[in-house]
Amino acid sequence: MDVGWYMALAAALFFIGAIGLLVRRNALVMFMCIELMLNAVNLTLISAGRALNDINGQVAVFFILVVAAAEVVVGLAIIVAIFRVRASASVDELSELRG
Amino acid sequence: MPVRSLGMVEALLFVVLGLLALVGAVAVVISRNPIHSALGLLGTLLAVAVLYVVQLAHLVAAVQVVVYAGAVMTLFLFVIMLIGVDKEEVREETLPYQRWIVGGVSVAIVLFAAGLTLFGNFEWVPPATAMVPEATNGTIEAVAVPMFTDWVLAFEATALLLTIAAAGAIALAHYRQRET
Repeated sequence: MDVGWYMALAAALFFIGAIGLLVRRNALVMFMCIELMLNAVNLTLISAGRALNDINGQVAVFFILVVAAAEVVVGLAIIVAIFRVRASASVDELSELRG
Repeated sequence: MPVRSLGMVEALLFVVLGLLALVGAVAVVISRNPIHSALGLLGTLLAVAVLYVVQLAHLVAAVQVVVYAGAVMTLFLFVIMLIGVDKEEVREETLPYQRWIVGGVSVAIVLFAAGLTLFGNFEWVPPATAMVPEATNGTIEAVAVPMFTDWVLAFEATALLLTIAAAGAIALAHYRQRET
């Protein structure tokens, strides 16, 4: 089966994730959309690794998994810390840093 | 076993799992309830994990199920429960026309990328020659050898990154707003 189909599926997943990241206001759902985009990239790496007959694509996916896990841990901690102060998970209300 | 003879099975699996992944992804975006978003993401993650197995990335698929669908999604659900699921998303616009501006810009970007892909003259991926499935058969050994030889520095860096992330999360959890 052609690798292009996997690339197309990954592009569609990435696009849906990007749309969600732009449209949604809930910080948690935005985080899930980021995870969706990371997964799409992982799928492209696996598919390209198979097409190029190179195991390093799978190794790269491992590193992306680790970075994503670290990102989720810190991001969710930030969301909880913000929620404790603001009692809201909406990103539109976070405007303390405006100039 | 000749892997290429499984093309029909692979195509069938791709259609079913691809549709499942897309449905899950759309559910993440359109669900009002964050719990439903999390369940949609879970479905997408599992479908993509099976697509990894189809492409012989066995170890990555297992890690995807254990780490992503297991640990990360549990963390997500935990935080959703902590924050509360009954809060409706605020629909009012605080920045005027922000959806229209962002929508126009993103449509422009997508059209640009599509035009580049269709009309650009470049090849990212050279055509696959004789398929030797042994080289990309992602067993633990096949993945671990390059990880601990060529990429050992990156591996140590990720260890450092995880330590920093854990320390940062604990520091954030202990954060208190200063009394004024």
